[in-house]
Amino acid sequence: MKKTKRTFVLLLLLAAILIVIDIPENLKFVIPFGSSKQTITLNPPSINTTLFGMKIQKKFTTHLGLDLAGGTQVSLEADMTGIKDADKQDSLESAKQVIERRVNFFGVSEPVVQSAVSGTTYRILVELPGVTNTEEALALVGQTANLEFREMIEDTIDASTAAYLVPTMENTKSVGISGKDLKKSTIQFNSKSGEPEVGIQFTPEGTKKFAEVTKQLIGKRLAIFLDDVIVTAPTVSTEIADGEAVITGSFTVDSAKKLSIQLNAGALPVPVKVVEKRTIGATLGAESVLKSTRAGVIGLGLVALFMIIEYGWLGVLADLALIMYGLITFALYRLIPVTLTLPGIAGFILSIGMAVDSNILIFSRYKEELRKGKPSAIAMELGFGKAWESIRDANFTTIITSIILFNPGNWSFLPTSGLVRGFAATLFIGVVTSLFTGIVVTRTFIRVLYKGPKVMKGEQS
Amino acid sequence: MIRFSKYIWVYVCISALVLIPGMYSLVRFGLRPSVDFTGGTLLEMKFSKSLPAGTIESIAKSEQFPVITVQTIGGSSYGIRAGVATDEEITKFQTAIASKTGETPELLKKDTVGPILGSELLFKSVVASLLAVTAILLYVAYAFKNIKFGVSAILALIHDVLVVFGSFSLFGHFFGIEVDTLFMTAFLTTMSFSVHDTIVIFDRIREYRKKDPRGNIRDLSDIALNETMGRSLINSFTIIFMLLALVLMGGESVKWFAVALLIGTITGTYSSPFVATPLVILWDYLENRKKQH
Repeated sequence: MKKTKRTFVLLLLLAAILIVIDIPENLKFVIPFGSSKQTITLNPPSINTTLFGMKIQKKFTTHLGLDLAGGTQVSLEADMTGIKDADKQDSLESAKQVIERRVNFFGVSEPVVQSAVSGTTYRILVELPGVTNTEEALALVGQTANLEFREMIEDTIDASTAAYLVPTMENTKSVGISGKDLKKSTIQFNSKSGEPEVGIQFTPEGTKKFAEVTKQLIGKRLAIFLDDVIVTAPTVSTEIADGEAVITGSFTVDSAKKLSIQLNAGALPVPVKVVEKRTIGATLGAESVLKSTRAGVIGLGLVALFMIIEYGWLGVLADLALIMYGLITFALYRLIPVTLTLPGIAGFILSIGMAVDSNILIFSRYKEELRKGKPSAIAMELGFGKAWESIRDANFTTIITSIILFNPGNWSFLPTSGLVRGFAATLFIGVVTSLFTGIVVTRTFIRVLYKGPKVMKGEQS
Repeated sequence: MIRFSKYIWVYVCISALVLIPGMYSLVRFGLRPSVDFTGGTLLEMKFSKSLPAGTIESIAKSEQFPVITVQTIGGSSYGIRAGVATDEEITKFQTAIASKTGETPELLKKDTVGPILGSELLFKSVVASLLAVTAILLYVAYAFKNIKFGVSAILALIHDVLVVFGSFSLFGHFFGIEVDTLFMTAFLTTMSFSVHDTIVIFDRIREYRKKDPRGNIRDLSDIALNETMGRSLINSFTIIFMLLALVLMGGESVKWFAVALLIGTITGTYSSPFVATPLVILWDYLENRKKQH
């Protein structure tokens, strides 16, 4: 009994923590303060501390999927014809990084850029919350990376800072070499200093052009632009005729690798084509959130009422467990975080129905044991024991199905759609949490707060 | 105690009544696949007031926009289904609509799915369903170590799947409801639900068989059904409450998904005592008759 009480206190503590995590964003309170009014805005907490040298940063906010927040989702398929098998993965990665950079540059908040390889198809999935102009979005992600070599129109050293002029698109002009002339770029290490550097290799045609350009530019700087943004501007020391060049600088392994990938992106312009694009207006999303939340609340109210009518005081306890269930699942959505989609909300609502089921199974077993004449406390423990097997077996199949739908291995032969996954995630979390609340929470609540039936004694005789 | 096993013919009639129209419709009309499966463009536009019938169609015709169907979705919103259209075509079509109707509709949704992706999704859904059925089958076989129970549970599952597909075939034919990714999800969830209830009942029968190994399956199932019926109904009611709220108030985008889940839940609850259990009883009866001969 002592242990049960401890569990009960722990559960209350957990509930308090969960409530803090689950606070709605921008919750406003207006408190009359004398003649003036004080407005307090509450937000879910965020952690930003350093613990044992590890930086922990976490914001407990709800992540809404595109179908709720509004936005555009684009699936691009890379055309890999003419690209060697060994290079396919790399070029997809480069393309992904370029798109990521462009999207970030564009200022989209919380964008998602993912590469997906299945069999012989190479795809990039881009999610742009808040962007509803698809043409704009496509212009952003659809083009291939554009690498360009440019020379300085007039290169001067700033007298005051003794530094070179920063090359821009305005103060440079094209030398006629672009990404198409580049064969490959790799990260390598200087044979003398061991420092990382970036090697580039030109195509035969590029080699010719490059030799000519470097011959003219000896002693001058050659600026390399990627998507109109300066990457580097090394000074040409000799004419390079073998089509191989090395970009040195104060690179770290990481930055050299990054540049190499960027150059490859320009060098291997993988043509991409749009295979799917979906746009959802922001109002539709907001409306869906409102409506489904309202539906959820009403449904939940009905279920709670139903439980009380059917089971009396036990029903109240089950409802308390249900509230606990709601708090836990919502906190998990924020902690993991789970991106909430409309089907996800449906999954959550559905799992509430199933969470109640464990309680119903337990209560009906309990009533049966009571009818057999067992004392209440023993009947309850027996009820829990007997119901557990059914609860486990019955929920097991739902868990299997939700795992298949979620496709954790990212297998290409299973659905990878975000909508389906959103549903599977909430259903899975819901079922697993319901096992916990059904067995631990309800049981503890009953042990502590329930002192046997008053109404049901009549049934016993 | 109600002798549920006395009325097997009633259950057969009810199932037949639901299954036959659905099956007929499935064979005759099939399902209406959405752009998710066929590829194409789907536009959803919201106007301030409803348009005269055929307005959008005639604009599409004069603009040569490849419209296939136009549907009203909740009042003054329209779902326009078309072949794969480019952004320029869509913009041109929108401009034409704005100039002809005198208002710029709000674009709620604009989906374009390439044909490759559609067939891919179909393949993936089939694989996912097969995988789920196999997993459920294995689990039931493992849990009951008895082919009679396992096969009956799976037959009840097939019954439920047919009910869901059949009703959506009918919805498709009469209301133009399409089968999309979400439907596939609902259908897969139905499968796990269907087994959920069946397992609870079979668990009871198993429990009684342990106590009374020579007991007649028919009597044992009647006891089990009497004991679990209350719980089954209560549980289904709670799920049905939630789903019904979603169907009635959840808005257009989730409505038919919730309907699919609702039908799945109802048939899943029904099939456990009235399809799966009678099947076990019948199987047992036939087995015993064979032995006696």
